[in-house]
Amino acid sequence: MRRSSTFLYSMLCFGYAFLYIPILVLMVYSFNNARLATVWGGFSTRWYSALLENSQILDAALLSLEIALVSATVATGLGTLAALGLNRMGRYRGRTVFTGMIAAPLVMPEVITGLSLLLLFVSLQELTGWPGSRGANTITIAHITFSMAYVAVIVQSRLAAMDQSLEEAAMDLGGRPYAVTLDITLPLIAPAMAAGWLLSFTLSLDDLVIASFTSGAGASTLPMVIFSKVKLGVTPEINALATIIIGIVTVGVVIAGWTMLRQQRQLANQQAR
Amino acid sequence: MTETSGVAKTDNGGACTGAPWKDPSQKPFIELQSLSKRFGSFAAVDNISLKIYRGELFTILGGSGCGKSTLLRMLAGFEKPSAGRILIDGTDITETPPYDRPVNMMFQSYAVFPHMSVEQNVAYGLKKEKLPKGEIAQRVHEMLELVQLPDLARRKPNQLSGGQRQRVALARALIKRPKVLLLDEPLAALDKKLREQTQFELMNLQDQLGITFVVVTHDQEEAMTLATRIAVMEAGRFVQIGTPSEVYEFPHNRFIADFFGKINAFDATVIACDGETLTARLDNDDTQIRTRHAPPLEPGTRCVIGVRPEKLLISTQAPTQEGYTVTRGVVEDLAYYGNRSLYRVRSRSGQVIQVSAQNYQRSAELLLEWDDEVFLSWDSSCSVVLTQ
Amino acid sequence: MTMVVNPGKRDRLWRSFVIATPYLWLVLFFLVPFAIVLKISFADPTVAQPPFTPFFDWSAGAGHKILATLDNYRFLLEDQLYLVSYLKSIKIALISTVLCLLLGFPMAYAIALTPYPWRNLLLLLVILPFWTSFLLRVYAWMVMLGKQGLINNLLISIGLIDRPLQMLYTDGAVYLGIVYTYVPFMILPLYATLEKLDLDLHEAAADLGARPLHVFRDVTLPLAMPGIIAGCLLVFIPALGEFVIPALLGGLDSLMIGRTLYDEFFVNRDWPLASAVAVVLLLILILPIMLFQRLQRETDT
Repeated sequence: MRRSSTFLYSMLCFGYAFLYIPILVLMVYSFNNARLATVWGGFSTRWYSALLENSQILDAALLSLEIALVSATVATGLGTLAALGLNRMGRYRGRTVFTGMIAAPLVMPEVITGLSLLLLFVSLQELTGWPGSRGANTITIAHITFSMAYVAVIVQSRLAAMDQSLEEAAMDLGGRPYAVTLDITLPLIAPAMAAGWLLSFTLSLDDLVIASFTSGAGASTLPMVIFSKVKLGVTPEINALATIIIGIVTVGVVIAGWTMLRQQRQLANQQAR
Repeated sequence: MTETSGVAKTDNGGACTGAPWKDPSQKPFIELQSLSKRFGSFAAVDNISLKIYRGELFTILGGSGCGKSTLLRMLAGFEKPSAGRILIDGTDITETPPYDRPVNMMFQSYAVFPHMSVEQNVAYGLKKEKLPKGEIAQRVHEMLELVQLPDLARRKPNQLSGGQRQRVALARALIKRPKVLLLDEPLAALDKKLREQTQFELMNLQDQLGITFVVVTHDQEEAMTLATRIAVMEAGRFVQIGTPSEVYEFPHNRFIADFFGKINAFDATVIACDGETLTARLDNDDTQIRTRHAPPLEPGTRCVIGVRPEKLLISTQAPTQEGYTVTRGVVEDLAYYGNRSLYRVRSRSGQVIQVSAQNYQRSAELLLEWDDEVFLSWDSSCSVVLTQ
Repeated sequence: MTMVVNPGKRDRLWRSFVIATPYLWLVLFFLVPFAIVLKISFADPTVAQPPFTPFFDWSAGAGHKILATLDNYRFLLEDQLYLVSYLKSIKIALISTVLCLLLGFPMAYAIALTPYPWRNLLLLLVILPFWTSFLLRVYAWMVMLGKQGLINNLLISIGLIDRPLQMLYTDGAVYLGIVYTYVPFMILPLYATLEKLDLDLHEAAADLGARPLHVFRDVTLPLAMPGIIAGCLLVFIPALGEFVIPALLGGLDSLMIGRTLYDEFFVNRDWPLASAVAVVLLLILILPIMLFQRLQRETDT
């Protein structure tokens, strides 16, 4: 057994090195004074200052944040309704189609989702004159559509694990269906909704392909700008940007993980008492 | 305590006295009329009719999958009957949604809302009635006193023990002053010691409040001790309805007899039947059995006669009592339990008969050993004819 | 859940709202777009805006009838480019999936064998990259693999090579990028099944005289099968339609189908052909997707 576990743990170390070395290298190079990666030109924060002066990148970042906030919020609402519709509403016509439609965006290649939505917007424009121009609005709709699928899946698994007699008890005590949803179901699935929101937010911030398809001439999201820059090769400003983003995410994840761990401990303590 | 309890007594007050189910002038409080629930081609509840009277503690007893939970859920309004009607206090509630029924339920899992304190849990039903805050607080307080939880009002459910959670669930259902309280396996989640205590508390509470209880359980002991009447359910139908002593002493069939403790069943052929006493001859044995509780059967009919182990007398000398059925056998096995002893006796026909004897004397003069020849006897009023 | 007995009007309204809102959204923004892709894949390209012939002519008096053509699909078969793209995508996706499995399985197994609380930390480290920008992580490999990248510099400085190797813009870089991006998708479902696996079973098998490799083959592997299948599908399905990785790390000849579709659309502006490419890609994916959904349903129940 010992030989095999040595093998397993060396694979583990190799795997983590594989996952993290490129990121670390990127972060180190963001402080490189030289433009080329060949030489270490000394420590410098010049690329960070350059980044702060690059209005194209900053504007794109703002646009991306805006889209991510709106789409994550709407997607969480719609995804939660979808999960309720699949898990708590009994049978109705078209339920099977509904199930399929919710799961499909998860496995759909991005190029297809992007292409189909663009063609929809173009056709709608022809038919109804809306949307007048493609940009933040169409990207947001596209992001809502695929994010809500993720939210629905997360919330649904929470709903499935939840003791349904809680909702029945509330109804038995005089709660009408919508009151039961508000009083009992929503508070209990709130953590899943929060997780869904965070995931939607991240997916939206990260998306390049669907945004490229559904955006119009004017609007460029952050990934679109990054892509257009790095397509041409290594760009030191992007190294700096990556370092900032990775820093923020890491701090966020660590804080989230830490609070969750603390909550679990508190709960364990309470139950032990 | 009843004075300060927030729960109004029903007009009749107290638990039912006498046996209203035997009195045709009594109006039933809950009435099920040809109630059925089918899932596809499977009938979970199959054309059941039942009358339950005010103040009863009615128990539905059966194994898992017998349809008892479905029946309870139809009473609560969570399942829509495929056919039939449900009436409570003369009102047809078949079409009433659960939130408008004068019925509350205590769930098997207790279903205490984990994100609300004890107080909020108990107040929930009243809040949904949109009662004034002051009245809600008052009634919650009284109810928590009644279930002996006033000190834990601000606790969250995860800080409560199983027994305390059960009381919260009970308080939460009772505070609505329901006409009927449904209890789904109320004691199953408690450990044995707590179960006995809670059982008596439930009975006291029911006695005090006079609310009609309908209890579903798979535990025959629980049913026997709690119930005014028991309905034994099997495959979506009631196989017997009666008081605990009726279903124990006069089980309709083998299934029920076996369900409530042990019974010795003898295959026999009817010799004579004079309306009150039936005489039959055991198969492979010339012993004649006389029994006083029998349907009228023609001579020559095959039947099964049941005798509970504790009804049998065991002795080394031939018994002399008048009117007793006597058979003989050999002690094959015996077990001493202190207060009683259990004997397994092989009769001359080869059947193993179980005898449970009270050890009412210390070092009984009758010291039986393995392979002893013994006489078994019982009074003709102690046996019962089983239909199957 | 519960079919409530005869709900009132307000309650029915609530129910309709819960079901209909996401339903209608998905019909409008998921189902209809699909129908449009299907429709346009049967249209002719034109230089107009939008660049395809209409199915029906909306403008009055043009005298058009329903125009449907199989030309796009015929073209997909005739032009080697597309067939090669599809086959190459399948090949790259398959090989990357196997590579992910080879790396992911030992990692997942090692995590499952690690005691708490270290296990949580290791899992967090697998999930963490999920939350950082995918695009930037792929870009990080450009820094690593470039002619003047870290790896070439390192190899030159220790004297293994004199001239930088061409690593970036090759198929190898694409494999690397896909494995790097998708290996967490492999680890997580594998970990989920391996974690549930009772380690006593191993001891039992070892007790019965099985050697470690046999224990692995006879006990671990069969029990981990659901996780292996789920992980493979989770890697294979997105890898097949991948665009960013071949676009950034692949050479000009590394035409995976996602990139071909993208170019067809944005560079050649042949929307009908791009639609046909999408339809065929989806047909290829139907089998693994259905397999995946069945697997999900099984684990749900």
